[in-house]
Amino acid sequence: MAAKAAFDAELARAVIDRRRSAPGAALPILHDLLHEFGYIDDAAIALMADALNISKAEALGVVSFYHDFRRVPVDGRVLKLCRAESCQAMGCEDLVEHLETRHGLAPDAGDAGRGLHVETVYCLGNCALSPAALFNGAPIGRLDRGKIDAIVADAEGKAS
Amino acid sequence: MSAQVFIPGDSSALSVGADGVAAALSREARSRGLDVTIVRTGSRGLFWLEPLVEIETPTGRMGYGPVADEDAGSLFECGFLDGGAHPKALGRIDDIPYLKLQQRLVFARCGLTDPLSLEDYRRHGGLKGLEAALRLGPKATVDEVLASGLRGRGGAGFPTGIKWRTVAATASDRKYVVCNADEGDSGTFADRMLMEGDPFLLIEGMAIAGVSVGATMGYIYIRSEYPHAFATFSRAIEHARSGRLLGERVLGSAHAFDLEPRLGAGAYICGEETSLLESLEGKRGEVRAKPPLPAISGLFGKPTVINNVLTFASVPWILDHGPKAYAEYGVGRSLGSQPFQLAGNVRYGGLIELAFGATIRELVEGFGGGTRSGRPIRAVQVGGPLGAYFPESLLDTPLDYESMAAANGMLGHGGIVVFDDRVDMARQARFAFQFCAKESCGKCTPCRLGSTRGAETVDKIIAGLGRQKNVELLRDLCEVMTDGSLCALGGLTALPVLSALDHFSEDFAKPPRAAAE
Repeated sequence: MAAKAAFDAELARAVIDRRRSAPGAALPILHDLLHEFGYIDDAAIALMADALNISKAEALGVVSFYHDFRRVPVDGRVLKLCRAESCQAMGCEDLVEHLETRHGLAPDAGDAGRGLHVETVYCLGNCALSPAALFNGAPIGRLDRGKIDAIVADAEGKAS
Repeated sequence: MSAQVFIPGDSSALSVGADGVAAALSREARSRGLDVTIVRTGSRGLFWLEPLVEIETPTGRMGYGPVADEDAGSLFECGFLDGGAHPKALGRIDDIPYLKLQQRLVFARCGLTDPLSLEDYRRHGGLKGLEAALRLGPKATVDEVLASGLRGRGGAGFPTGIKWRTVAATASDRKYVVCNADEGDSGTFADRMLMEGDPFLLIEGMAIAGVSVGATMGYIYIRSEYPHAFATFSRAIEHARSGRLLGERVLGSAHAFDLEPRLGAGAYICGEETSLLESLEGKRGEVRAKPPLPAISGLFGKPTVINNVLTFASVPWILDHGPKAYAEYGVGRSLGSQPFQLAGNVRYGGLIELAFGATIRELVEGFGGGTRSGRPIRAVQVGGPLGAYFPESLLDTPLDYESMAAANGMLGHGGIVVFDDRVDMARQARFAFQFCAKESCGKCTPCRLGSTRGAETVDKIIAGLGRQKNVELLRDLCEVMTDGSLCALGGLTALPVLSALDHFSEDFAKPPRAAAE
């Protein structure tokens, strides 16, 4: 994944200005901020509120509603693991257990200094090839223990 | 002339290595000094065969699959460019029974063409629906959609023509067309496949809607879990603009229509139409009370046609072939075709477009070939996380809106997820509540609180605490959520829960276990 820029209010202002006049601009702006910085900084929420002429509380309300708009930067790689019904039917919970017992990585609990964040998602639309995942944006079908071990090794290699 | 090799760029195909296969084949061709053009297509939806490589021959497309990188050398050696024999050879694609037995109206082109070539699209029958609509004029176009019997494919099954007629008849300085591409149901992927594999069809359907109701602007709301679909569709919109399918003069007519893609942000609830509209307006995706209907007061308070991807994508065929031809498919009041999606623990998972009325068994056993694990089928969930679980004894239920409702289920978006005999249905009931609790927008109490209390109550039943009393309480809670929730999330969570209780009661009477995490 491309390195993200460190948060910078000037840059954030420029990012916000690009889409501020679009109808219903909040989500496009937040996605642009996410793309630029990798997370939504508290200062950016205030800047967006200002630009859109809404209260900070309203802006924060929008940010906090959506799972995507993380409020702290992510250091390392992200494995989005589908845990919805189709993947359950193909044993995704066994893979979660494998990640925990073998690699000490629990979903949605930070990266434990390992360079890999495991996040729960519900459905990636790859249900005929369950269990499914996205590793740094690349789709993975028929996920199994072997593929998980390779992903963990890959992430740790990159982290060190 | 350069030989053409077709390899899907669909994200499911990518997930099992299609990019690697494309690179290996092109490397191999170069080293042999052969002139080969690789065309990236959508997927045929026969996912156990991905990566599926196709070759154009005088007798039609020949298939090879599932191809691995290391097959590249032997494919050239056996002369696959002329359809030569190989252990991975599948013969003519059109003769594969899984495809041959389907009735592909919406997915006719998916997997066949380059998704971003408007020329390819036109050559394979594209744009005829929009041309017909421009010829017929707005009123007659809406009448055709109405006469076809097309109902909303997102799940609710509301007659599309009535929705369009309402928007057309509502006077306003501005109207919108919105496509709901927030396909969040587990076990569904038809919208994604279509956006990646035949995006112009959806653009054409939305343009027909715009022209016929008098809307000049459309939005498509695509979920962020589909980054590839968003990227492909955004590029398709640009191609559509330069090809005059979108813009000031749609296909040279006096009608203007343009489209903007918008990315969701990981909220399942935004697949609910009013929540989606709030989200498009830049707000929290909290559902609105209806009325007013979006057709009267929708996006930014203006009359809005909001339909699912498959609904819009069904329209060009209807305009091209006429509503009568469309209504010849299907049964009763469920007319036309439905792209079903077969997933979970199944041998041959994929996209199966059929006229309404086939049974669940015909899909999971006939097409699907039973479970992938080889164990007996125990439960089949139809219609996503808010759909009912069917036991083996009910697999002969026909897949149409009315039959599913009569069996206390729903068709939803046509997703079918198979479970083998290792599934614990009490845990699946618990998951239904847990999912509802996680994804609830929080606006109405039955959904916001009921979901959490429901999960706790199932935990008590699993742990063996006051079972009879708690099962009664659970049924009572389901009634409150069904009758008292503002939208389908809280309102339909009872379907998976009650179907688990009704058809798999033995799973709620097992020896006490610890509650789930």
